[in-house]
Amino acid sequence: MILASRTDLAVLKPFRLSAASSTPPALPLDARHGVILIAALMLSAAIGDAQAGPGAPSIIATIVRWTPLLAKGFALNIAMSFMAMAIGTALGVVLGLGQISLLSPMRASSWFVTQVFRNSPWLVLLFYCILLLPFEVRIGNSFVSVPDWAKATFGLALPVMANVSELVRGAVQSIPAGQWEASEALAFTRWQMLGMVILPQCVKRMTPPWMNLYAILTVATPLTSVVGVSEAMTLTGDILSSEGRTELLVPMYLYLLLWFFMYCYPIARATMALERRFQVQ
Amino acid sequence: MVLTPDQPLIRMRDVHKTFGALTILKGISLDVMKGEVICIIGPSGAGKSTLLRCINALVPIDRGSILVAGQEVHDAKLDKLALRRKVGMVFQQYNLFPHRTALENIMMAPIHVLKRDRAEVDVLARALMRKVRLEGKEGFYPGELSGGQQQRVAIARSLAMQPDAMLFDEVTAALDPETVKEVLVAIRELAEDGMTCVIVTHEMGFAREVADQIYFTDRGVVVEHGPPAEFFTQCRDDRTRQFLSQIL
Repeated sequence: MILASRTDLAVLKPFRLSAASSTPPALPLDARHGVILIAALMLSAAIGDAQAGPGAPSIIATIVRWTPLLAKGFALNIAMSFMAMAIGTALGVVLGLGQISLLSPMRASSWFVTQVFRNSPWLVLLFYCILLLPFEVRIGNSFVSVPDWAKATFGLALPVMANVSELVRGAVQSIPAGQWEASEALAFTRWQMLGMVILPQCVKRMTPPWMNLYAILTVATPLTSVVGVSEAMTLTGDILSSEGRTELLVPMYLYLLLWFFMYCYPIARATMALERRFQVQ
Repeated sequence: MVLTPDQPLIRMRDVHKTFGALTILKGISLDVMKGEVICIIGPSGAGKSTLLRCINALVPIDRGSILVAGQEVHDAKLDKLALRRKVGMVFQQYNLFPHRTALENIMMAPIHVLKRDRAEVDVLARALMRKVRLEGKEGFYPGELSGGQQQRVAIARSLAMQPDAMLFDEVTAALDPETVKEVLVAIRELAEDGMTCVIVTHEMGFAREVADQIYFTDRGVVVEHGPPAEFFTQCRDDRTRQFLSQIL
C-alpha cells in the first residue's frame, strides 16, 4: 500500500514500477558537459593567447602557475560544504522530527522555522550570519575571534537545515500507514516505532535527495565570496586583478567552473545510480 | 484482574464510532470467551476493520465500553502498551518491517517491548517459524517471500508476544488464491491450540469450519450471530440471507 504523501519535495517512493517515469536529478550533469567544458576552456585559452600582447606568458601556463593557490581556496569550499552539511543535517533531523511531533506547538514552531529558512535566499541568510554573529567569542578570559568562513558556514547550514527538515518530514509521511499500525499493535512506544521501524526505512529514501542537496550546497559555496571569505571564487578574482590581463577573464572562470564540475559530477552520477537501484527493488 | 470462567475475555457493549460525518459503528455488542473463535462477516464498509482496531485501542471509540480481560479500553488512563501486549493483531497487508529479516521481525517486539533475553527470544522465534512451516526462511527479507509466507511471518510475529487473544483483519484478502490455504491452516492450528481469536474474513467455508460463533455485521450494527451450524442454515434476518445468497 503506497499512501499519497503530502511532501512537495522529491522523496524517493518505494516500488516505482516503470523506470521511464524516473525523476530527473536536480543537477542534470553528464559526462558530455565535462568534455564540452574542457573544450571550451582550451578554446578560450587559445582565443586569449591570440588577444594577448607579444611576449606575454601563455594562458595555460598562467593557469597552471596559479593552480596551487586556487586548490587551497577550493579546499576551503569543500571544507565549508562538509561542515555546513553536517551542521545542517544534524539540526534538520531534529527540526524534521519536530514537524512530526504529537505536540501541536512543537509541530507548528518546527514547521514555521523550516518554512522561514527554506524560503529565504541563501545570500540573505549568509549576510545575516556574517553581520549578526559576533566577530569574537569569550572563552574564559581570552577572546577567540570567529573567522568569516566559520560564520559563512553556519549561514549555509541554515538553508540546508530547512531542506533536510522537509526531507525528513516527507520521508516519514511516505512510509505506509501500515508500518505505524503494525508497530503500534506490537506495543512499541512512539520513540521505538520511529527509531526501529520508521526512520531506518526513511534513511534509504532520503539518501539520494540528500546527496543532491549536498551537490547544490557545494556549488553554492562561492556565494561566500560576497562576504569576503577567501575561497576559490574570491581567489580567482584576486588572481585576475593581480595579473591585470582581460584576456584571462573567461578562461580563468571556466577553469574554476571545471573544478566544481569535477567534484559535483561524480556525486550526481552516484545519486542517479542509487535512485535506479532503489527503484528496481 | 483474574477472569472467572464465565467472564468473557473481550466484552463490547454499545460501541459507537464516528469518523467526521461518517458513522462507522452504531452500537456494537459482542462477547468473546477465552479460547473461543469468533468470525465477523459482512459486506465491505460494515465497520469490521474498525471494530477490530477498537479492541486494541488503535482506534479510540466515542461511546460504549470495551473490556479486555476485565480492563476498560475506553479509558483515558488506560495503559495502551499493556493492552497491546495482551492482544496481537495481523493485518490484511501483512505490514512486515521490510528492512528486517523474517526472524528479526519476530524478535523485535519481545526483545524491545517485553525486554526479554535475546537468546531466549531467538529460540522462541525459531520455534514459531517452524510452527508456521517456514523453517529455513529465517534470514529472508519480507520482499523475498510470497504473500502467504509473509502473512505467516506476521502471524508468528504477533504470537511471539504471547498474547491472550489474536485479531485477524481480512488476512487472506490480499493473497493469491493458492497461498490462502496455507495461511488459513496456520490460523486453524492456532484455534485448535486454544488461542482466543477474533477473525474478520470473507472466507465463508473457513469461518464455518473454525468459528464457535459467527457475527454478521452490516452498517455498523450486529445484525445477528450464532454458532455456524445454525447461522448458515437458519438465519432469521433478510439482510443476512441476502448477503449469504450473494457469496455462497
